[in-house]
Parts: sequence; structure tokens; C-alpha cells
Amino acid sequence: MKTMTKIISARFDIEGNHKLGGYKSNGGYQSLDKLFSMQPDEVIDEVKKSGLRGRGGAGFPTGMKWSFVPKNIDKPKYLCVNADEGEPGTFKDRMILDFDPHALIEGIMICCYAVGIETAYVYIRGEYDHQIARFSAAVGAAYDAGVIGKGAMKGRNLDIVVHKGAGAYICGEETGLIESLEGKKGQPRPKPPFPAVEGVFGCPTVVNNVETIAALPWIMNNGADAYAAIGTEKSTGTMLFSISGMVERPGVYEGTFGVNLWDFIEESTGGIKDGKKLKAVIPGGSSSPILTAEEARNTALDYESIAAAGSMVGSGAIMVLDEDTCIVKALEVITRFYAHESCGQCPPCREGTHWLHQIAKRIRAGKGRPEDIDLISSICPDMMGRTVCVLADAAAMPTASYIEKFRHEFEAFIDTASPPVRHLQPGGVNPEVGRL
Amino acid sequence: MESTAPTSFSYDADNEAKFQDLLTKYPTKQAVVLPALWLAQDQFGYLTPDLMDYVAKRLERPPVQVYSVVEFYTMFHTRPVGEHHIQVCQTLTCTMRGCEDLQDLIHDEIGIGPGEMTKDGKFSFETVECLGSCGTAPMMRMDNRYFEGLSREKLKRILQACKEGRNPADEDHD
Repeated sequence: MKTMTKIISARFDIEGNHKLGGYKSNGGYQSLDKLFSMQPDEVIDEVKKSGLRGRGGAGFPTGMKWSFVPKNIDKPKYLCVNADEGEPGTFKDRMILDFDPHALIEGIMICCYAVGIETAYVYIRGEYDHQIARFSAAVGAAYDAGVIGKGAMKGRNLDIVVHKGAGAYICGEETGLIESLEGKKGQPRPKPPFPAVEGVFGCPTVVNNVETIAALPWIMNNGADAYAAIGTEKSTGTMLFSISGMVERPGVYEGTFGVNLWDFIEESTGGIKDGKKLKAVIPGGSSSPILTAEEARNTALDYESIAAAGSMVGSGAIMVLDEDTCIVKALEVITRFYAHESCGQCPPCREGTHWLHQIAKRIRAGKGRPEDIDLISSICPDMMGRTVCVLADAAAMPTASYIEKFRHEFEAFIDTASPPVRHLQPGGVNPEVGRL
Repeated sequence: MESTAPTSFSYDADNEAKFQDLLTKYPTKQAVVLPALWLAQDQFGYLTPDLMDYVAKRLERPPVQVYSVVEFYTMFHTRPVGEHHIQVCQTLTCTMRGCEDLQDLIHDEIGIGPGEMTKDGKFSFETVECLGSCGTAPMMRMDNRYFEGLSREKLKRILQACKEGRNPADEDHD
């Protein structure tokens, strides 16, 4: 089975592609003639027909998201490109910013033309200094060449502004991003109103992930039907998968939807490191429920199949756990993450993430109480569906799955003096002396 | 923190030009708060109440709004950081691939733990959550760049370069 069609990553390895001239000689900016020959609505229809879904995590159909933006409205409209890549396990948008920044610019042009937008903000996480510099240079070159700027879009203006984040996972949530872009704390807003109607600066706003936007030039060049022909009926096209953890060759691999999950991981990365056995796969970032080795071997990699297996494709961040990885430690680590990143505005999240972390931490330290496992199980449902955004769900869902699928490991930490797997990896800190 | 006293801080010429340019890129002055804080922090090293008041004044915002923003984001510092500020990622993949070992090594090499700074101000060290570099775990951020695929040996070389006043980036190889 061919698992590596290249749409997004096709130019990653080409020297000099990050520069305007290089990108152009690699087929870049060729979609614009076709774009400007079409009516904006036709472009939206084309993107709808392609079946493209948001690659940031939610998987919402892109064309449909655009069509929610009111047409005849006496306000500016905005595009916010979400480059606040923060879901643990995800490192693919930085590849686009690094190696194919002009594909993102070309995609921005397509979106802005279709929706009638003259200003796009690209919100890049603050730690990505190198990518911010790379992408800013590409934007500068595009201005200089008149690709964007005054009158560049068939007489209409297009400005692209690079906005540097300052370190907050929650700003990857679309309304958190909007609040942050407005100069505030990145605390998500209740929806409705949805950003398409009332987003940044009180105006209609499209918020799309980097990879989603970067897929648009290919769709325009090759047509929606060609894109929809790749993958499965409902999960069309390809996606960049960030594969990390205990595999031989971690990295970003482009995969076609519908392939077997484990086959794809194995073919791309060479399988588990050092000949160890597979224990589990986290398929869509740390917020997604964990899959056992058996589930990972028997699941196809597409939105529907992964959902049927009880998890989600999310941001395509596949984390592979080998037999030596301690699930209790893994829970301690991810709950620490959510406790740290909760924005604090909703009590079930603010309190719940910390409770989960405290309990996981004490179990791992050998101080767990027999009732702790059920206590975790009772906290999780009370965190879900009760908050402004889904950060609480993102903490509770994987937590519940770790307990459900690996309960024996938690029990072993509580019941016996010598748990089966004490450390995550060789060299892990001894819990008796460790600082964490 | 309610100080609105006149401040001695002001942007240097380069940052003033950048600040003026920023004002043209957003429809509200409030939206310039984060970029303006970045300019101030880049110029001074960290954000004092005076600096925050300065940013608030330049953007015609209540100072408390600026304080709350600074408080919310982890990359804004309200205390001095070392000449080399080490941020070791400690989220899932980095933990799987040995980041705790690196934390121990840093402690052994420069004598400080997370949240601490060496007495000479040469190094400060903190653990941080996922930096989006899981494919090259374990990793750290220092001097505004990533150091990825760290082994004990590589990290030792990098720290040694810092101690000797050499460019640590030159040691960023296997």
C-alpha cells in the first residue's frame, strides 16, 4: 500500500524553496491565474467539494467554515492563521513555515480572495523564533515582488501581518487566539457568536490552521475532484503526521487517509526503537484518548476510523509508547501539562486539571490510595462539556482512557511495592530523589 | 503596582521605528500590547513595572490591563534571566526520551535546578511545557534558538561553550 503521497511536504526537501524565486521555480504561485479567473463563491464551492477539513485538531470542513462568513456586511473581515502549534506531539506547522512558507502565503491569498478579506494575521507561537524569521522574510519578499500588498488581489489589497505569541497553549484555541491577538489574556470566548460572525476586533473572522491553508494551492491547481479522490470518502486528501516517541526515526510524514495506522507508523519510522514491543499509540496529540497496541494495529488512519476506535485524528500528532513506557508516569506528565495550561476562567478545568495531576503524581510516587483510581474516574466526566472551551475535555478524555485501558498499571503502583514499570526510560529520575 | 510615575525607560530609535510601524498594522491600540511588550523585553531583558507602565502609556491602556497580560504569558519575564536562559521541554515525548536525565545533568554541570539562576547571572534554568519539537526530543531552547536531539555529551559541550564564552550554537551537532 502506498502510504506517502506528497502534497503538503512535496517541496520540504528542495534547497532554496523557502525563497520566492525558489518557490516559483518549483511551481509556486501558479494557482493565482486560475484563482483570479474564478468568482469568490466558486472558490468556496471548490474547497467544499475537495472535502478539506481543518488540520489544527477539530477537523471541521474548511469550505463550510468559510461559507459561514456573512457576505454583505459593512465591516472588514479577517483571516487568522493559527500557527500557535502547541498540542503536545505536534511539530508539523513549523515544517511548513520553515521549508514552504510561500505555500502558506499562496494559500492565504486563496482564502482571502474567496472570503473577501484584506488583512490576514499569522499568529505564530513565540518560541518559534526561527520560523517567525523565515516566514517574515517570505512575507517581505512577497510584498517586494507585489505578490501581496496594495491592489495585489485583482485590484484588492492584501496585507499579511506576522504576530508573535508569548507562550500559552490556550491561544491555539481559536477564540483564545482572537483574544490574544486583540492584546488580552488568551482566555477563550463562549460560542456563539462564532468567529465567522464576530471574531477579531468584532468583525467576521476565519481562523484556519497553517496546514489547512497550505493545502489550498494544490487543490486550486489540481482541482477539488483530484483532492477528493485521495483518501477515503469523508477523510479526503493527505495530512502531515508528526510521529514521535519510541520509534526509530521520529519525524513529520505525510500520510494518505485510510491506510492502516500501525503500518503507516512502521513504514514511515522504521518501527519501535531498539526492537522493543509496542505498548500503545496516542494518535492525535496528548488530548486524544490512548489506543492499545492491538487497537493501533486494527485501525485505519482517518477521521471516522479513529473516532470509531474511540479516539481522534486531532492535529495528527502520533506518539508511540513502547513496552518500557510507564502509563502512570505518562499520565503524571500530561496532567501536569493541562494543569499548567488551563487559562483559569472555568472552575471545572482550573480545579479539575490540578486534581488530576495531584492524584497522578501521588500514585506515581507510591503514595496512592486505593480509592484514587475511582476518584480519577469520577472527576473526568464532571470536567467534560462544562466549560467555555474544550481544554478540560482535552485533559479528561485521555485521562479516562489511560485508566480504562491500563488500570492494572495504576493498581500495581498502589497495591505493590514494586510496580511493573517504574521508569519511562532508562535514566529516568528515581522517584525517591527526583525533583519533579 | 499602581505606579504611574514618570519612567526613565523609552524605546531606542530602532524599537521606536518598529513601534510606529506596529501601530499601522492593527485597528486598535490594544492589539499592539503583545508586540510592544516584546520590544520592551527584547530591549531591557525583562519587564519591570516601569516598563509595563511605559507600554500602557504609549498605547493609552490602563496599566492593569498590561500587567494582566504579562502575568498570563509564560514568555514574558518579570525578573532578570541569565545571560543564557535554558528552557528544557518536559512534556510527554521529551520525558519518554530522557529529558529528566538532562535536567539532572544541568544541575550537575551548573549547580542550579528549575526556577533558579546562577549567582554570576550566567545561566538561568526552567522546565517548560511542549515546545513543538517532539520529533527531535529531548530538546531545549536557549538564546532564542532550539537545541534539539540532545544527548548528555552534546548538552555538556553546549554548556561548556557557554562557560567559556564561545557560541553554543557551534556545538549544536552530534
